[in-house]
Order: sequence, then structure tokens, then C-alpha cells
Amino acid sequence: MIELVDVRKAFNQGQHNELWAVRGITLNLDGSRAAVLRGPSGSGKTTLLTLIGCLARPTSGRVRLQGRDVSGMTERFLTGLRRQTFGFVFQQFNLVRGLTVEENVMLPAYPLGTPRPELRRRVGALLEALDLASHAQARAEWLSGGQAQRAAIARALVNDPAVVLADEPTANLDTELSRRFLDIVRDLKGQGKTLIMTSHDPLLCQAAEVDRVIDMRDGHLA
Amino acid sequence: MPTHPWIQRQQYLIDFTVGALARRKGRNLALLAVYGLIVFVLASVLLLSQALRHEAAVLLSSAPEVTVQKMVAGRHDLVPGTYLDRLVRLRGVAEGRGRLWGYYYDPVVAANYTLLVPAQDQPPPGKVRIGATLAETRGLAVGDVLSLRSHEGHPFAFTVEAVLPFESALLTADLMLVSEADFRAFFGVPAGSYTDLVLTVRNPREVAKVAEKVLRALPDTRPIVRDDIQRTYAALFDWREGMVMVLLSGAVLAFIIFAWDKASGLSAEERREIGVLKAIGWETSDIMAMKLWEGLLVSVFAFLLGYLAAYLHVFGFGASLFEPVLKGWSVLYPRFDLSPRIDGFQVFTLFFLTVFPYALATVVPVWRAAIADPDAVMRQ
Repeated sequence: MIELVDVRKAFNQGQHNELWAVRGITLNLDGSRAAVLRGPSGSGKTTLLTLIGCLARPTSGRVRLQGRDVSGMTERFLTGLRRQTFGFVFQQFNLVRGLTVEENVMLPAYPLGTPRPELRRRVGALLEALDLASHAQARAEWLSGGQAQRAAIARALVNDPAVVLADEPTANLDTELSRRFLDIVRDLKGQGKTLIMTSHDPLLCQAAEVDRVIDMRDGHLA
Repeated sequence: MPTHPWIQRQQYLIDFTVGALARRKGRNLALLAVYGLIVFVLASVLLLSQALRHEAAVLLSSAPEVTVQKMVAGRHDLVPGTYLDRLVRLRGVAEGRGRLWGYYYDPVVAANYTLLVPAQDQPPPGKVRIGATLAETRGLAVGDVLSLRSHEGHPFAFTVEAVLPFESALLTADLMLVSEADFRAFFGVPAGSYTDLVLTVRNPREVAKVAEKVLRALPDTRPIVRDDIQRTYAALFDWREGMVMVLLSGAVLAFIIFAWDKASGLSAEERREIGVLKAIGWETSDIMAMKLWEGLLVSVFAFLLGYLAAYLHVFGFGASLFEPVLKGWSVLYPRFDLSPRIDGFQVFTLFFLTVFPYALATVVPVWRAAIADPDAVMRQ
């Protein structure tokens, strides 16, 4: 489903602080499965996740999505892809402070102009499924870590994407909450979604719900 | 009926924007207050001078078409009555009359009065009709005696016959209507002489031609046509308006710097928010539209608030802040209510000069933040 061919990514290219975060990775990721990019801090796993999720373009190499090369696409096209194909769960969750949980979850759907009643129904169902319905009107900053993560997952799912990308999803969660997250992973896989996560948490990497662990070090596959 | 996706999208963007404004209440309220104040001040000046220009134009529309003054060594002098006899015989002149008017400086209140002999319905000798402001300043009522010094230095007593109504205060604030005999005796103007002459022209399109004929017949005169007076008034108000605007330009500049700073400086929180929105699928254009809505909402609201306050200030409270600068040139300022007038072009100009620069100032930095790669949010 997702194919990376000799992908490289440099930051500040040509400057004194040039950094190659990803150094020639070739990788195939199948659909309806959960994969974890594992590696120490600075191994390039988050950068690789951003390349897979079209948040950034590779400096060189190809990224193909369902056989289609997306690495040279315009920003506008990539935005459309991000909106409809990918859902993102950030490490710090990145919920917008001051907005309610419901409003935060609705955000990715705003640019599509989805009719409000339909959108609210969809968001209601997602919050219900993630056990957050009672917090729909709570402000994002009032949520606990586990609630905030579930709100972030609901936001990632609101446009019904095929792929969910999660950066260090259990880094801010205790064991109990990490297990609940794995339950959600199982449910999403059951719905046919592909999950790609970064982590160095053994609990996540060794979980039965994870189909594949890809080790990375210094921008290479280990 | 389902809402069109584009409209629904704009509604979502506005919702989000209103929410964002509410989340940064303190900053936005301060901005709204300063912005509204600037619009209020500028709009007050514009509305007041516009209304005054209109009042002057209305008043002058009934003024004589040609006024003739006699000149001696480039100065305005008394006109002999014989001039009038010659001028009324000119072709195109319907009628003419001599006017008697002058100024009197009253050291008691340190003010100038305008003494005038009305064309019709002159007060009887010894009587005077005075302007409301003058009456108030000197504490006079009907039946009281107003004693002034004549040209010979002797006291000259006028009995107040009437106080002129307030509605005409723009013209009559410092006015004294007296009889011809009293006027001549008070100022020492010989019989048969006038301050100036006024002519009515049969065909309004021939006014310039008649003025030309006046100058040919009497080379030592100066004919002034009504259009000239109107132009002078307009120029006077333009000049005063310009002076006030120049004085205000410092404040306007300070506002521009303030607004630019507020509008163009994105807080770390806002940058983070833009990054998140881009990462979750908002396009650069969505973010720009959202920020444009924010700029428009703030500036349009401030504009409406400022303009409404200015309207109330000028037409409800008599423009008390700018009255001394823009109204009248006499020491006795007329007290009157201006009739509300709004010039569409002026509103548009003010709107354009205040709303657009601000909206633009909000968009530029957002554009810079919004075109950044959205992956930055992953590395926060």
C-alpha cells in the first residue's frame, strides 16, 4: 500500500548545520496492519513518519501510495491526501486549547464543508466509541492524558482515513492507558485501517496487536 | 435544503475565527478599543466638516448671485448709491439693492458682533434684534438695553426687541439686526452710501457675464459671484479639515504601528495552532481565509463601532470635541444641531483606509507561517 524507494531527507541542506535525518530507506508497508518504527531518539523514525504521511517531501527518493508516486506532488495535492488518506495522532496530541473536545475532533472536516448535522453525528459516534461522549463539551486543556489521546485519535479518524499515523502514542501514557490504546489499535485494524506508529516502548513494540516492527538507527533501517 | 460545501466551509471558518478571537479576548479587546477610537476621531472630523460644508452650501444657495464691493487702494470701501443706479440699468440685472453691515468689537466680552440692516422688516430706530448666543453671553433678554460705544465714542443704547431663534444660530449667533438710521448713526456711514451692493441676475447662466459688465462699467469695484463664495467656504472647511487631519496624523501613525504589531506578530500559540491545522489537512488557503476573516471581523466591528460613536458625537452631542476648530470663526460660537448627513464616498474611503490595511497586515505573517512545512508540528 505504501512504498518507499531510497528515501532521504535532509534539514538545512547546504548550510553549516545540515542534518540527514533519513539516509536511503526502501520499505513496503501493507494495508490493514499495524507497524511500528522503532529506534532511539534521533534515529529518524518521526521524520520517516512525516514522509509517509505527506507532511514533508523527501529530499530524494520516491514515496508511492497505492502505486502512485506522491513525492513530487504539489502542496495542495498533498494537503488533500493528508486530509482524506491519513489521520495523525501527535506525541503531544496537539489539541487546540480553548476549543471543546467536539470542536477539536471536527477540525479536520471543516475544509471539506461537510454538512454540520452529519458531521456532529459522525463525531458523536466516534466519541461514543472511544468512551469520550461525556466529555464532548469539555475544553481540551481540561482533559487527562488518556482522554486527550483518545480525543486526538477521534480527530485523526473523523475523515475516515485509510491510514492512521501515531507518533510515540504511548510515550505520555501509563501502562493501563497504554493497554487501552492497544485495544483501540485492534478495533481500528478490525475496521480495515492501517496503523503506522513510532515508538521505543517495549509494551507497544511487543504487543500482539502489532504486526511488524521496523528497527531504525541513524537514519537507516537497522 | 443542504448548505453548499463552500458556504458551509466559510461558516466553519468563521465559527473557528470567532472562537479564536474569544480565546484571545484581552488582546483583541485592546485592539478593538484603540482601533475604534481612531475611526471615531477620523470619522468625527469627516462627518462634522461634511455637515458644515453642506450647511454652508444650503445657506449660500439663497445668497445674492453677485455682490459688488467698491475698492480703494485694494481695500474694501463704502459704495456710493449712484453706483447702484448704474448697475441696475445693466442688461441681465433683474434688481439690485445696497446692503449695510459691519463688525463691532465689544471689549466687555472680547467678541465681535455683526451688525446688519435687514432688507425687509427693519426694527424701529433704537431697537435691536440679537442672536441667541450674543444674548446669552451678555445676559440680555427682550426689553433690556444694550449699550455700545458709537464711532464717536459716545454710548449708544439699543433696546432688545427680540432674540433670534436658535434654529438659525449658524448665521445669527453674533448678529445684531438694527434699523438703517441707527446703523448710519452708530458707525457714521453717510446717507446714500452702502457697505456693498447685491444684484439679482435674470438668467443664472449669465452671472459671469453680468460680473464682467459690472467691472467694465465700474472699474473700481470688485464683483463677487455666489460660486466664488461657495468655493471659498468649501476651501475653508477643507483647510480646517486638513489641519485637524494633520494634527491627528501622529495618532494615526501610532495606531498603524500598534495595529501592525498586533496584527503581524503571531504568538507561539498561534504558530503552533497553524501548524496543527496544516498537519490535519487544512490548506494554506483555509488558514489564510480564517485569518482574513479574523482581520475583517475585528476591523469591520471596530469601524462600525467607531463610526457609530462618531455619528452620535457629531449629530447627537454637537461634536463637542472638535467644535472649536471646525465650526465658525467668531469668538461667539454658534450652538446648533447639524442635520445628519453621510457621504457614501467618504464612508467608503474611511472604510478602505482603515479596514483593508489591517486585514492585509493580518494576512502577510500568516501566509509566511502557513507556507512552512507542516512537519514542524511533529517535532515540537
